[in-house]
Amino acid sequence: MATASTRNAASQNAGKGFVYLPLIAGWLVPGLGHFLLRKWVRGALLAASVIGMFALGLAMKGKIYGSAQDILDMLGMAGDLGNGLLFVAARALGWGAEHVQVTTGDYGTKFIVVAGLLNIIAAVDAHNLRTGRKPL
Amino acid sequence: MSHPSHFAAVLLFAFFASTVFGITQRETPKRMFRYGAYCFVLFVGSAVVLSWVMYLIAH
Repeated sequence: MATASTRNAASQNAGKGFVYLPLIAGWLVPGLGHFLLRKWVRGALLAASVIGMFALGLAMKGKIYGSAQDILDMLGMAGDLGNGLLFVAARALGWGAEHVQVTTGDYGTKFIVVAGLLNIIAAVDAHNLRTGRKPL
Repeated sequence: MSHPSHFAAVLLFAFFASTVFGITQRETPKRMFRYGAYCFVLFVGSAVVLSWVMYLIAH
C-alpha cells in the first residue's frame, strides 16, 4: 500500500510538465514511459516482454495487419497499433508475413497483437504512476 | 525462423503476459512477483486443462 508521503510526492509530481508524456512515450517505445519516471527495472522488464513477444511473433511468421477488410482485421490492426513504433517499423520495412501459411504463423499473429495490447497496458500504468493514481 | 511446439508457445505467451500483468497490476515488487507467478500458473494450468477436455471430447 502507498504511504501518505509517496502519494503526496506523486500528486506534487503530477503538477509538473506534460502529464501525458509517459503515456505517449510508453506507447511509442515499449518501456520508455517507465524509464522517464526512473523505474528502470520495471521499464526494462516491460520492454523485454513486449519486444520479445513482438520479435517471437515475427520469427513465427506472424502477420502484420496492414489494412482492415472486416471486423476481425480491424480488431487485429487495433492490437498491432499498440506496438507503437515497432508497428511502424514493421510496416515500413516489410516485416511479417502477408498471409499466414504455416501453423505457427497463426500463433505469431496472435503474439504480435497481444504484444500491442500489453504495451497499451504498460503505457497506461506509466500514466497512472505519473498522475499519482498509482504510487511511485 | 521459429517453430515452437504448442506447449512451448503457451509457456512463452504465459511468461511474457504474466510479467506485464504482475508489474502493472500490483504496487510492490514482492506482490508483483507473486501476482505474476499466479497469472503464469493460471495461464498454463488452464491451457493444460482445456487441452485435456478437448482430447476427451474428441475421443
